[in-house]
Amino acid sequence: MNDMSTEGYTTEDGRKIGGTLMEMKNITLSFGGVKAITDISFDIKEGEIRAIIGPNGAGKSSMLNVISGFYIPQEGEVWYKGEKRAQMKPYEVARLGIARTFQNIALFDGMSVLDNVMTGRLNHMTTGLFAQGLWKGKAEREEVENRERAEKIIDFLEIQAIRKTPVARLPYGLKKRVELARALAAEPSLLLLDEPMAGMNVEEKEDMSRFILDVNDEFGTTIALIEHDMGVVMDLSDRVVVMDYGKKIGDGTPDEVRNNQDVIDAYLGVSHD
Amino acid sequence: MPEQLVYAMEVFLNGLMAGVLYALVALGFVLIYKASGIFNYAQGVMALFAALTLVGVMEGQVPFSHLINAIFGTDIHHFGWHLPAIVGIVVTILVMIGLAWMVQKFVFKHLVGQEPIILFMATIGLAYFLEGVGDIMWGSDIKKLDVGLPQGINTWIDESTFKVFDYGFFIDNLDIFATLIAAILVIGLVIFSQYSKQGRAMRAVADDHQAALSVGINLNFIWVMVWSLAGFVALVAGIMWGTKSGVQFSLSLIALKALPVLMLGGFTSIPGAIVGGLIIGVGEKLFEFAIGPMVGGATENWFAYVLALIFLVFRPQGLFGEKIIERV
Repeated sequence: MNDMSTEGYTTEDGRKIGGTLMEMKNITLSFGGVKAITDISFDIKEGEIRAIIGPNGAGKSSMLNVISGFYIPQEGEVWYKGEKRAQMKPYEVARLGIARTFQNIALFDGMSVLDNVMTGRLNHMTTGLFAQGLWKGKAEREEVENRERAEKIIDFLEIQAIRKTPVARLPYGLKKRVELARALAAEPSLLLLDEPMAGMNVEEKEDMSRFILDVNDEFGTTIALIEHDMGVVMDLSDRVVVMDYGKKIGDGTPDEVRNNQDVIDAYLGVSHD
Repeated sequence: MPEQLVYAMEVFLNGLMAGVLYALVALGFVLIYKASGIFNYAQGVMALFAALTLVGVMEGQVPFSHLINAIFGTDIHHFGWHLPAIVGIVVTILVMIGLAWMVQKFVFKHLVGQEPIILFMATIGLAYFLEGVGDIMWGSDIKKLDVGLPQGINTWIDESTFKVFDYGFFIDNLDIFATLIAAILVIGLVIFSQYSKQGRAMRAVADDHQAALSVGINLNFIWVMVWSLAGFVALVAGIMWGTKSGVQFSLSLIALKALPVLMLGGFTSIPGAIVGGLIIGVGEKLFEFAIGPMVGGATENWFAYVLALIFLVFRPQGLFGEKIIERV
């Protein structure tokens, strides 16, 4: 397998992965004097599950925030769908079809699960304010159509039972799932998951892993995820980027990464003398 | 029917109508509070500013005329036209949208994520700034506002109540009209915030900025939209109050009457603002009617605030406010 080519490849389990969807070129990001990311390049190919792993403070979340436009890197280029992406605000990035979840869960607490998922469809609603006011024809059809799509995703993630519940009342694991549902509702080309299993028990982790695989399988969604838990990542992902202290120390299939000496050192610790 | 009861009914009806006017002001507060967590002290001044602008535009007054004359030694005061009310209202709406844009661009865009008390202080500053601008722009004299709303006693109600009770109720046509407008406004706003794309986005922004950005909502656009809506509600309130008692600077004080209304209705509920307004309106009129003579009158000055205080003790989130649920 050749990582540098823009061609696709076939995974071990026989899935066809397409060409490059997103490419990060020499990204450097610093906060004041502190460098969070130093000169990192990697790509994400269409249809794959791509993981970014690394110990605490390695700069994983910063990288995700660069992709989703929440942080603007001082140096480097972001290429998306074969074009260099201009400097953008996070909402503009979202409108390009890049959806995300958050490490600390960012849901609309005052709204029901269904309403939360419906906000994910905002960018698919085009009817103007005036037509909506009249509540006729196009606006009504659009609302019904979007509602159907939202319900489909709710079914898919098995949260039908709580669709009318205000999210503030849900337990942690379910909140994470609702957040995934909202991101999926946008029908993204690229789905970014920031520590989707953080704080979950074993059973919840297994559920979440299954959903991530199902989403990739069913909708063909390209997924980039950040994770702490090495075991989970190795089972889930097709290719893995490993970061440590803001630098890239490994990139390849889970097997390649597992046997990379730098990665082993970063995770297990090594004496520097 | 005993005479006292008939009088009380009339007082009750008048209280309802007064309550609608309070509710109109409270509505503007709720809109901004819901979408941005800002308690907008300037809402009353916005109503005054909208009414001043409306009169100025309709009467063809030259804005900043005193300033212009002082600097350039000219002597201009009027453009010399009289515009129909509808043109004046459209122009004023545009001015209020422009104001919303400027407020967002120059003030609140720079205060995103600050403590609520800081945002509140900013709106106090905004209130005095706006009052000053209104003064320089349109002058400080009391102006008469007439957009052609029906005014005076409703003879139909007067006559039909006279037939039944042998006593005609005095209900002002303007109050009836204000009630209709308020009803339409509230229904419109509720439908907008619950079912429209922008309404859903507005509620989303109120809940979580990061999450709103991540689903592609332009925060600035939503905030400008909300301030514009509040500006529009301020205009409606300004027209009603201005027609009733003339456009004068004391108009901005009605904002203070909206506070107890909000305590009762809850800061986040649009229907709550209306019900709260009605309760305060009816409550203070009936209280003045029944208890006022015994304690020397003028109970309307304090009744609303004391009622709000009692409410705060027993139901801090108001009648319709979101319940405060805390997971432990």
